[in-house]
Amino acid sequence: MYESFISQLRTIWQVLLHSFTKAETVQYPEEQPYLAPRYRGRIVLTRDPDGDERCVACNLCAVACPPDCIALQQGVREDGRWYPEFFRINFSRCIMCGMCEEACPTNAIQLTPDFEMCEYDRQSMVYEKEHLLIDGPGKYHDYNFYRVSGLKIDGKDKGEALNEAEPVDVKSLLP
Amino acid sequence: MPTIYIDGQAHEVSEGDNLLQAALGLGLDLPYFCWHPAMGSIGACRQCAVLQYQDEDDTRGRIVMGCMTPVTEGARFSLAADRAQAFREDIIESLMLNHPHDCPVCAEGGECHLQDMTVMVGHRDREYQGRKNTHRNQHLGPLIHHEMNRCITCYRCTRYYRDYAGGTDLAAMASHDHVYFGRHEEGVLESEFAGNLVEVCPTGVFTDKSLVHDYTRKWDLQSAPSVCTACSVGCNIMPGERYGKLKRIHNRFNHDVNGYFLCDRGRFGGHFVNSEDRIPAVGKRDGDGRFSAVDADSAVSSIAALLRQGKTIGIGSPRSSVEANYLLRELVGAENYCTGMSAQEGALVQHALQQLEQSQALVPSIRAMESADAVLVLGEDVTNTAPRIALALRQSVRNKAYAMAADLRLEAWQDAAIRNLAQDQRSPLSVLSVAATRLDDVASHTAQLCPDDIARVGFAIAAELEGALPAVDLGAELAELAKTIADTLRSADIPLVVSGTGCGHSGILDASAAIARALTGPDRPAQLSFCLAECNSLGAALVADGAGMGLEEVLELAAQDGIDNLLILENDLFRRTSCSKADSLFQAAGNVVLLDTLTTPTCDNADWVLPTSSFAETEGTLISQEGRAQRHFPVFNSVAPIRENWRWLLDIGHCAEVATCKSMVHFDDVTTSCANTIKTLFGICAAAPAASSVPAADKVPRQTHRFSGRTAMRANISVHEPRQPTDEESPLSFTMEGHSAEHNGALLPYVWSPGWNSNQSLHKYQSAVGGALQGGTAGTRLIEPGDIDAAQESSGSTAPALNAGEYRLVPLYRIFGSEEMSVRAPAVAQLCRPAGLEMPASVAAELGVSNGDGVTLTATTGNVDLEVTINDSLAANCVGYSHGVSGTGGLVPGSATKLCRAENWQRAPELIGTDRGATTA
Ligand code: SF4
Ligand code: SF4
Ligand code: SF4
Ligand code: SF4
Ligand code: FES
Repeated sequence: MYESFISQLRTIWQVLLHSFTKAETVQYPEEQPYLAPRYRGRIVLTRDPDGDERCVACNLCAVACPPDCIALQQGVREDGRWYPEFFRINFSRCIMCGMCEEACPTNAIQLTPDFEMCEYDRQSMVYEKEHLLIDGPGKYHDYNFYRVSGLKIDGKDKGEALNEAEPVDVKSLLP
Repeated sequence: MPTIYIDGQAHEVSEGDNLLQAALGLGLDLPYFCWHPAMGSIGACRQCAVLQYQDEDDTRGRIVMGCMTPVTEGARFSLAADRAQAFREDIIESLMLNHPHDCPVCAEGGECHLQDMTVMVGHRDREYQGRKNTHRNQHLGPLIHHEMNRCITCYRCTRYYRDYAGGTDLAAMASHDHVYFGRHEEGVLESEFAGNLVEVCPTGVFTDKSLVHDYTRKWDLQSAPSVCTACSVGCNIMPGERYGKLKRIHNRFNHDVNGYFLCDRGRFGGHFVNSEDRIPAVGKRDGDGRFSAVDADSAVSSIAALLRQGKTIGIGSPRSSVEANYLLRELVGAENYCTGMSAQEGALVQHALQQLEQSQALVPSIRAMESADAVLVLGEDVTNTAPRIALALRQSVRNKAYAMAADLRLEAWQDAAIRNLAQDQRSPLSVLSVAATRLDDVASHTAQLCPDDIARVGFAIAAELEGALPAVDLGAELAELAKTIADTLRSADIPLVVSGTGCGHSGILDASAAIARALTGPDRPAQLSFCLAECNSLGAALVADGAGMGLEEVLELAAQDGIDNLLILENDLFRRTSCSKADSLFQAAGNVVLLDTLTTPTCDNADWVLPTSSFAETEGTLISQEGRAQRHFPVFNSVAPIRENWRWLLDIGHCAEVATCKSMVHFDDVTTSCANTIKTLFGICAAAPAASSVPAADKVPRQTHRFSGRTAMRANISVHEPRQPTDEESPLSFTMEGHSAEHNGALLPYVWSPGWNSNQSLHKYQSAVGGALQGGTAGTRLIEPGDIDAAQESSGSTAPALNAGEYRLVPLYRIFGSEEMSVRAPAVAQLCRPAGLEMPASVAAELGVSNGDGVTLTATTGNVDLEVTINDSLAANCVGYSHGVSGTGGLVPGSATKLCRAENWQRAPELIGTDRGATTA
């Protein structure tokens, strides 16, 4: 009985104190909050340092996605690169967990600090590749998967990737 | 059953196994690469290392390879010992030294045995700083993609390709860490079984080329148990679908049929499902001769109205299921049902069926064929008509080697040792054919004879076996051959005779049956197998139930009193008869209703066209040449207005108020009704469990538990997800929910097990490693040895005699080209050549033609121009046409034909898959 009364008084006192602290509320949208660069918001597909599509349509993001809201189809380009023929994210299902970014072996898919994606029509939350693909490399400036991978593409022959030796000459018996 | 100790635990294992097999069979995870359940061990990869202890007191132990170590009573092993684990990790690390950073762009990823094993041993970081070896890839044809960088030199590919499948153009080249697996130069892989490399290679070196260009990971494929429809063998397959497209076909293990391997026609030919030639809508021909799309239901009622008035003839199809043929028969009445085969072929199939039913010889499964120790192939080019059987016969010749090994008490899995031991010694395989075949390289006796002579030699062999004198004089050489072959068969424990309808010669069937009869003794089961033309040739014949018209009879009927309605089920008549005959049939028929999947020349002559689902979108029961009824289930639903063949027919039946159709609603009702109506088909219900056998919540999921993109796949159409389609017709569901363990063997849609993402997880589903599925072997056999086996009259020659200047026309088969549907798969189409006429040089000289010239062939049905290829292996006076290839529709096997040089010959444009236009009317 006595303790409860003290507790009540303490609460009233604390509420009173709060009247003198600085308000946390911001005048959104006029005033924008600070979002860390690694904040997990709207997803983008980035380009490699040479300006080409990074995504190789490996499907790892899609399989990592808990609500299964990524769908894509692989294709092979004339120059030998794998790429997504279509790449679709249903943002009305996306929970911004970042698992896709975590899974992506090419740094192609990245989450950005933009969360302002409200729509009146839910259908507009379905983003296709042309909505997702941005012009730059995003958070990772240098990585280019095709410079590491052993796949031959136009402009990079066998043996020209990072840490690769010249293709072996099968006809030679020399050690 | 010896008892062995693994990490202190006692286990009972099978006698004669190696430790790797035993460990896998016990459910233990022991990594491996080079061992394969169908190919045995060679100990090449060193991945399956374990510690073996001398006795109880031995604490050090020594490293041995699991796959090379027999299990013996009391043997002690450790899989978990640090030294063994460290050794295995070192092996993976060394295999990975040169491995490219490719997984995201590798078509093996997600079902890669190398990925699985790497994770299993726990190797993570590549510490080696040196540079990676690289290789240049080769172009290996339209079917298989080559990416040599990914090789771990396990040698499985060459062991499979050369030792198992008998190929010669893939080899290990160079030395030390430069070893390269490929051809001596770029080019199409020659083996008809090359596609199995995709599954045999544990890495992404060999992958399915069409999949690579339209890729979907294994976990994203929707799959269902299915049956190959590209020949009469009925191999079990697992087609995978995504976004409404068939993506790939993988082998579905059936212990008694295909085992671990398919042929390339089956593996790559199914892609016709995605063809642009799919009939997209229900079509009705208007007055101006053009099709207009009509509503499906009104089409059904109009067609039903047609059926009610006037006489309707139903033309069935040996490429449609038993159920569809049966429904057609019910719609038009048994007396108006035609099997859809030509009279000649229909009679042959009927004849073969009779022989099989009556013969005391066993109709062997493919696996049983592998254990035959003397084989005679009579007149059939099995490699091109029933390819998987050729692969089995290739294994049968190794029984000699196994017998030699058994004498030395070598286990059957000691692959290299046994091959070294036997060298070129093989069990006898005799091939009598019209031209050289691809099996001749392992044959002990071969001869190329005209079909009549093949039958005669066959009868002579039978006579020899029975100790009688041959009915006809063959001449010394052939008589000697008959005697030698008879000797090989007589001294065998399990003799096998393989023949078929390929030559179009019933005497050959009779001769084969006669040999089998002569071989069958009280303690020895002879085996007799007939290859038939299509996936359900036997089924269509059984549905006809002894009756059933041939196409020619329909033609006669049409010529005499005309036909009001012609209801054609999935059959292109221009492949079965000449253009002129087909045209006259269509002219005589009032209304032509066609149900089919792809557009064909027959389509152009129909008044109504109903689009039907392909094998990958419908259920159906097919009867293989073994007499095995097998059910295929839809992998995905076809898009309206396409319907399953049986559903169209049932809908029409309901509308036309056909009595038997009334009680049928579901597919299983059709199967049951068919089984109850036709005595010989009584067993078909047992081919696979009925839909009602599984409660809705326990259905077998077609999707893997990691199927991705479910909320995005069709979000472009609507963001509101519809409920998953339900499957009323089968015990499978179109979702990833359900009950996927303890499947019935006929219901296995894919294989996967934790830690085993590749197809190597199959052993988790087998009762013993390499043995039958735990859920039982799929399919049910309808034909068991009969007991009558009365001697049949030798029908000797059935072919017309040759007059001067005439040649015997024999059919030659092509694995890519002779089958109707597979040639419409784009990759397979690239390997098809236009029809041609092969002839020995002597005939060519008589005609004054050479390779590439044209000849005009005078057939009863009109003249045909074909390109000449010289084939000196052809029997004298025989000329061989490419059977089933566009332009040869009306040619009659075995007929006598006149030939002359075609002046102004021009190679026809490469028409694939259609017969129209090439046969002159
Ligand atoms: S994980 Fe990355 S590379 Fe792979 S499909 Fe997704 S975005 Fe593309
Ligand atoms: S073979 Fe296997 S491990 Fe190698 S790149 Fe392909 S998926 Fe990865
Ligand atoms: S190509 Fe494949 S099967 Fe052949 S040795 Fe290399 S990894 Fe083994
Ligand atoms: S052998 Fe026949 S059934 Fe088997 S895969 Fe080949 S074509 Fe298909
Ligand atoms: S599997 Fe035993 S050494 Fe390769």
